[in-house]
Amino acid sequence: MKAERETAAFGNAQNVETTVLGADEIILNMGPQHPSTHGVLRVKLRLDGERVVDSECIIGYLHRGVEKIAEHRSYQQFAPYVDRMDYVAAVSNGLGYCEAVEKLLGAEAPLRARVVRTILTELQRIASHLLWLGTHALDIGALTPIFYAFREREEILKIFEKYCGARLTTHAFRIGGLQYETYDTFERDVKRFCDDLGRKIDEYETLLTANRIWLGRTRGVGVLSAADAIALGVTGPALRASGVKWDVRKAMPYAAYDRYEFDIPTRDSGDTYDRYSVRIEEMRQSRRICLQAVEDIPGGPIMARIGKVLKPPPGEVYHSVEGPKGELGYYIVSDGTIQPYRVRVRPPSFLNLQAFQRMAKGAMIADVVAIIGSIDIVLGEVDR
Amino acid sequence: MSHLIPSSILPLVVPVLCAVVIVLVLPLLAGYIVLVERKVMAGMQARLGPMRVGPHGLLQPIADALKLVLKEDIIPARADKVMFWLAPLVSVTMALLAYSALPIGPAFQIADLNVGLLFIVAVSSLGIYGIVLGGWASNSHYSLLGAMRSAAQLVSYETAGGLALASVLLLAGSLSMKDIVQAQLDQGIWFAFYVPFGFFIYLVASIAETNRAPFDLPEADSEIVAGYMTEYSGFRWSLYFLAEYANMIIVAGIATTLFLGGWLRPLARYRDHFPGTSVELLDAVPPLLALAVALYCFHLAPKQPVKIQKLVMAGAGGACAVVALALAGALFAPASVMQGVHGAFWFLLKVFTYIYAFMWFRFTFPRYRFDQLMRLGWRFLIPLALVNVIGVGIAIVLREQFDWNPFLSLVPTTLATLGVAMWLVNDDAPAAAANLEATIAQSGDGE
Repeated sequence: MKAERETAAFGNAQNVETTVLGADEIILNMGPQHPSTHGVLRVKLRLDGERVVDSECIIGYLHRGVEKIAEHRSYQQFAPYVDRMDYVAAVSNGLGYCEAVEKLLGAEAPLRARVVRTILTELQRIASHLLWLGTHALDIGALTPIFYAFREREEILKIFEKYCGARLTTHAFRIGGLQYETYDTFERDVKRFCDDLGRKIDEYETLLTANRIWLGRTRGVGVLSAADAIALGVTGPALRASGVKWDVRKAMPYAAYDRYEFDIPTRDSGDTYDRYSVRIEEMRQSRRICLQAVEDIPGGPIMARIGKVLKPPPGEVYHSVEGPKGELGYYIVSDGTIQPYRVRVRPPSFLNLQAFQRMAKGAMIADVVAIIGSIDIVLGEVDR
Repeated sequence: MSHLIPSSILPLVVPVLCAVVIVLVLPLLAGYIVLVERKVMAGMQARLGPMRVGPHGLLQPIADALKLVLKEDIIPARADKVMFWLAPLVSVTMALLAYSALPIGPAFQIADLNVGLLFIVAVSSLGIYGIVLGGWASNSHYSLLGAMRSAAQLVSYETAGGLALASVLLLAGSLSMKDIVQAQLDQGIWFAFYVPFGFFIYLVASIAETNRAPFDLPEADSEIVAGYMTEYSGFRWSLYFLAEYANMIIVAGIATTLFLGGWLRPLARYRDHFPGTSVELLDAVPPLLALAVALYCFHLAPKQPVKIQKLVMAGAGGACAVVALALAGALFAPASVMQGVHGAFWFLLKVFTYIYAFMWFRFTFPRYRFDQLMRLGWRFLIPLALVNVIGVGIAIVLREQFDWNPFLSLVPTTLATLGVAMWLVNDDAPAAAANLEATIAQSGDGE
């Protein structure tokens, strides 16, 4: 009786596909419910003791059909949906989508709108990197940085909240510009935050950068060569840590990035430590952009004259922006109606995740979480 | 009263009472150490920690204990039920058994064994069986990995820790916990200052033995969920938890006894009296400390938001005041009572300071990886501990055969150990660099 119940609970054991294993190999399912797979990623690990012989990422647990939804919404109606892809960097998603549709319309947002967009997007990049820093350090066992990172991220979210009323899925921009003017103390808030941030980043670095344990856990772990990174379509900080100087903000400037000075940090060995160090440096550069931009926000309108009903001419457009996690692209096909015929998103997390298998080969279990953390994925974006 | 009890069991009365007190008090103590840990963590992480249950979360441990006891008891369907049931009991029994030889002050000790230290070390390392069995019986990969890690880690670090303890045994010439403390009183110095490297090695090894961060690999929550405890819940889980914190107190107790002068007051040989009394000047410190805590509680009490919280906070202050009174009263009691009460106070203060260091490390350092942990144990700590023991042996020969000053004789030992430590650390760096090169080369081959 009991045995029957157990069989019922575990399903029919005969139908489960079995793989022939070496005598001392086990298969470990990490996720979809696991504290450090950053959402609902499932990683199937074939282990020899603590060593990873092979791995396989299984995704799709958070698939919501975002791209399909786009085909049944008007251009404006779809804009809030893109916020739900990379939900920790909603502003960046919105910027990419709005600019793509503007390109399709042949319109351009006024300068003032573009500058405000730049400031908010860079703040979002800092917020996203802060969240990454906290969780990555937590995965490697440092319990404290996450609270410091969240403390600073909170300030950014407060600025978003004051600006548009929402903290996470902001829907901050509109196609053609901005819906809201900046609030009265916007410049002062951003400036105060940025002034503080430099010192705060130094504080994180004292906890991690030169720590022997941190170095031991990240140096030489999950090495990705430049050739591999390019072949696998890796972009963003992960690509730059492998030594490839590629940043959409410089390569194909959008918004108002051509107005400001900033550097693209790169590193050479492409290991977990370099990805860490690139992101830390990127926060400093984003801060630099914000400080420059907030000094001199030009006046003028915030919305281009594009009309209330958007009917782009038939055609197609691809527009990409440098999201916090890499190149975020939108490919939109218009058939001349108010609804897009097809929206295809190039999500950086999805493509960067491809490199995981290559990086994890021969690593240990503890490295697996370090590597997943260093790719900085958001499953909402991977699965869409 | 003594005529009511047959003389044959009379010697057992005090030890049995002590045992009962320890078994009753220890879970409560462990619960409050958890609360302190959460408060310390909160302080380091710019937040408040538990604030809801009781004033400043003072009743949180009781609420947690109630919750754990009332939770559903789950045994995984494919677990080995007997072993699953037995494993946490093994852990917790061994942890509690170790207390029987630990002297909490000169008066409170269940049994003063002449091999007390060996007994404690032996029994507390038996607790590993509970972890390995629990990990195996759960029939889960995460649990199994946690158990394997735990077994390897304990074996490695017991060796280093044991060698560090050996250096103290050479100095004290006894395995009895009481005699070791007495030796520190006679020689006029805590052994931590005689053999700083012995203390350092034991500190590291004891963190690793109790599975605390940065060596918390057996239960690394971001890697293998909760290690050997993954499948445990409710009361069984709380037994493991109790065992873990009991072990923490045990290693802190060993370190206190062997390296930090046990129940001795700091400056135990400074014996100036208050004029006209037999009360020593420094013995006024414990009651004043307790009084300060009590006053702080009274100061906080009116600031609590709810009436009941005001009462509980005042109650906490009252408890501290009672402790202060007891400590002050002990000053005028017979010498044995006074030594017992104040000894317990100093012993517990040192134990909690040691445990505070554990917490501090936990919230500061990232976690080691398994191979790095092994390398640290076998290639750094064990060689260092060996050099340290040999050095202490030489120092004792110098002292006894050539009449060197005891403190002076240990200086060359410490310097030699320091030199070896520096060499081992630097030796490690090229190995790590070579490892990095190899990994990069390997990843290149993969194309």
